[in-house]
Amino acid sequence: MDNPLSDLDRPNSYIGRSVPRPNAARLLAGQGRYVDDLRLPRMLHAAFLRSPFAHARIVSVDTAAARAMQGVAGVFTRADMDGVCTPWVGTLAHFTGLKSAPQGPLAGERATWQGEPVAIVCARSRAEAEDAAALIDIEWEELEPLPPLAAALEAAPLHPELRDNLAFTRAVDVGGADSAFALEDSVVVEAAFRTGRHTGVTLEPRAILADWQPGEEKLTVHHSFQAPHMMREVLSKHLALPEAAVRVVCGDVGGSFGIKVHIYPDEIATCVASRLLGRPVKFIADRLESFTSDIHCRDHEVAARLAVGPDGRLRALEMDDVTGIGPYSVYPRTSAVEGNQVVNLTGSWYALPAYKARLRVAFQTRTPTCQYRAVGHPVAVAVTEGLMDLAAERLGMDPAALRRLNLIPDDAYPHTSPAGLRFEALSLQKSFDKLLAMMDYDALRRDQAEARSRGVYRGIGLASFVELTNPGPAFYGIGGAPISAQDGTMVRLDPGGSVTVSSSVTEQGQGTEAVLAQVVAHQLSIPVKDVRVVTGDTERTPYGGGTWASRGAGIGGESALQAARALKANILALAGAVMQADPSDLDLRDGQVVDAAGAPRMAMAEVGRLGYFRVDLLPPGFQPEFSVIRHWLPRQYPFAFTNGAQASYLEVDPDTGFVKLLGHWVVEDCGTVINPLLVDEQVRGGVVQGIGAALLEECLYDERDNLLTGSMADYLVPMMGEMPDIAVGHVETPTKESVLGAKGAGEAGTAGAPAAVMNAINDALRPLGAAKIQQQPATPERILRALGKV
Amino acid sequence: MSETILRLTVNGEAVEATAPARTHLIDFLRERLELTGSHAGCEHGVCGACTVRVNGDAVRGCLVLAAACEGAEVWTIEGLTATGEVAALQEAFRERNALQCGFCTPGMIVAAAELLRDVKSPTREEIRDHMSGNYCRCTGYHAIVDAIETASRA
Ligand code: FES
Ligand code: FES
Repeated sequence: MDNPLSDLDRPNSYIGRSVPRPNAARLLAGQGRYVDDLRLPRMLHAAFLRSPFAHARIVSVDTAAARAMQGVAGVFTRADMDGVCTPWVGTLAHFTGLKSAPQGPLAGERATWQGEPVAIVCARSRAEAEDAAALIDIEWEELEPLPPLAAALEAAPLHPELRDNLAFTRAVDVGGADSAFALEDSVVVEAAFRTGRHTGVTLEPRAILADWQPGEEKLTVHHSFQAPHMMREVLSKHLALPEAAVRVVCGDVGGSFGIKVHIYPDEIATCVASRLLGRPVKFIADRLESFTSDIHCRDHEVAARLAVGPDGRLRALEMDDVTGIGPYSVYPRTSAVEGNQVVNLTGSWYALPAYKARLRVAFQTRTPTCQYRAVGHPVAVAVTEGLMDLAAERLGMDPAALRRLNLIPDDAYPHTSPAGLRFEALSLQKSFDKLLAMMDYDALRRDQAEARSRGVYRGIGLASFVELTNPGPAFYGIGGAPISAQDGTMVRLDPGGSVTVSSSVTEQGQGTEAVLAQVVAHQLSIPVKDVRVVTGDTERTPYGGGTWASRGAGIGGESALQAARALKANILALAGAVMQADPSDLDLRDGQVVDAAGAPRMAMAEVGRLGYFRVDLLPPGFQPEFSVIRHWLPRQYPFAFTNGAQASYLEVDPDTGFVKLLGHWVVEDCGTVINPLLVDEQVRGGVVQGIGAALLEECLYDERDNLLTGSMADYLVPMMGEMPDIAVGHVETPTKESVLGAKGAGEAGTAGAPAAVMNAINDALRPLGAAKIQQQPATPERILRALGKV
Repeated sequence: MSETILRLTVNGEAVEATAPARTHLIDFLRERLELTGSHAGCEHGVCGACTVRVNGDAVRGCLVLAAACEGAEVWTIEGLTATGEVAALQEAFRERNALQCGFCTPGMIVAAAELLRDVKSPTREEIRDHMSGNYCRCTGYHAIVDAIETASRA
């Protein structure tokens, strides 16, 4: 490792070290504390009546029977909430032209997707609340659902005041594409790509416990969520409460992946119900509710083509993306980001002289879509890398060689992509070379040929990619969203020499707390077990954005590093004052203040004792400051791009269409790796989600837009039996924006895996003359269709 | 709602409690006995988050009615932790970072303990096979397989 911080000779040096997470033992013992584990005095349980139709007018609602049921404390509809909670609109100023309609905590006169909450029942138990919800009498007038994707753009507007169903559109043309495609010697390949609508399926469903304390005029919300400060802003604004009257606490969160970072009507309705009743109200989504009301994503239809010269050099890429977002753009991050990212990212890791793209985002009468892990990347990578394989086949070139020829060279940074993305420094070539070495590409090709001679169809799929991490204010803040791009960490020396850290980044299992503890322990040279980290509480941490878009380590970690350095300076200042030494001659080593020769001079506990209890012994006017807060955000680049490459090796059974995964390899460059143990498994988890997209996961609807995949028996997710071992390698190109040099690692796996798997399937089927499969998931049925067997 | 009286042994202690007849074991454990270490992920028998041990076997707490456990011997992650029976598995999971959010983890441990009871040194394939009813959305499963492998050889 060439990172100067990785001085592993010292015992309390933690950067780059695989130390287990401090919170793991607790979770392993069943001592996690998730929202559903909490119980408060007088707590009520919420159940929702949801629209059974994709699109229907609510003619009348009669809640009398439900209200009369024993155990029921309150039943509310939109009319009951209008005076307490103002509606919201999911638009942001920097997405020019993005439009959406006002949305409230419950459907008003009309339901616009199956599963939209219409009424909330609060009762002593969930079972009673559900029984009462079944007694609510609603007269519906069913309306026509919108037709799928592109056709929706021509249909009558879902929200008449918006005039049409085009929520957002964007076009990019850097010039030169048309002429490149027209060149006589250009080899042009084209394809239609389809990514399935899918969703997060966090094992812990969405969960919220809202506790309005009338005596204090304060709303405390225990929330399975990634961005507590954002939630606080939203509640404060729409429930008209001062910010200080809202506390959002995120304890243990059972997986999030971008699902738990949006404003959901049912969660706001739960808060409003608590306010109206003056009692705590808990809502835990059940699995059916999760499938119909968690955000969906990746519903894209992309037509794309690529022009390549006879020498294999890329000349131009053109693509047209139509995506559907459901009836509303989701508040406050909007539903334009995913499509926008597809346009920004496609082709951006190759030396591409010309690029032309169009995006159209359509309203639908299906569950709203929004940002989910790797936002837009899997689509952009599938399109780009799918085209690369088609081009290689047409040129008769090895697909690895074609990629190697066109990747942006490692010495060509900084680089600006055709769509305007700025890359500080990437290692695309080095990562790709490392991938080929790890998988032993040539040996796999030989194995593939040998298998084919036995009538066994194996395929190799490759995919390079870039990944957007550490977003600055350009992502949301400039558009007016109440989302902080900076994060803050407080580091406090305790009198006995241990350290308490509180940070605005949050933990959902990635190991945020472990990473912060490692960074602080490293700076102060103390054992990591002496550092205790607090996150996820708007009353107990500095202000900041939370953890999403892979920003925990890169942004939160740097704020922790800066705070720890400042605390160290204050510690050394006190030691210097007491010992009459120049603080710059002192350092911290293994819990001791040491002098220039490295000899221990004063224990941290002694520093703490003097600083807190015996200030009288310090020189007059010397004020110890042992609680230090630092905030940090990247400023030179709007995002820290990372890069990587993936490969899949698999076998397709041409008789059944079944795919058996034989191996998967990832090389990821996320800058400084703080804890390889955590990063590797996070990358693998991302890969498995990407494999799910490629092979299994899809939200299916019938022609009335009824969701057909409302249980885990219908919506298939990857399970242990069918997943391969996944080899992970690293290249480290630290960002120079921060001292720590860490970038994010959360999206890489999900970004690249679908493309690698799809390419491998097409590679396996090539000798059989099958049609290309560019539709995810590649189910057995679709594979048999491509083979002309069904 | 009609409540039934239940007598059973949970984590080695005799328990007598009432619950509505329709209550599933997982809700009975979590709500009546405050054993919140076992989780409900799908309530459909698919995800394995609710896996607990009943009369020696790993079962899905969301598929079994509490009333059907009259007289049964039930062990949850809390009890298995207290007796130290799953300590080697827990340590291997911790060392290998075979968990992230931890929501699947108690169910994973109970299922893995059953495998290690029956098979002394399972292969990776046998591990994947046995554990394929336990869903994890966070890890890539690889670390879980590693951890179980390590524990089996401890
Ligand atoms: S909750 Fe029992 S299997 Fe999912
Ligand atoms: S660790 Fe989160 S579901 Fe397994």
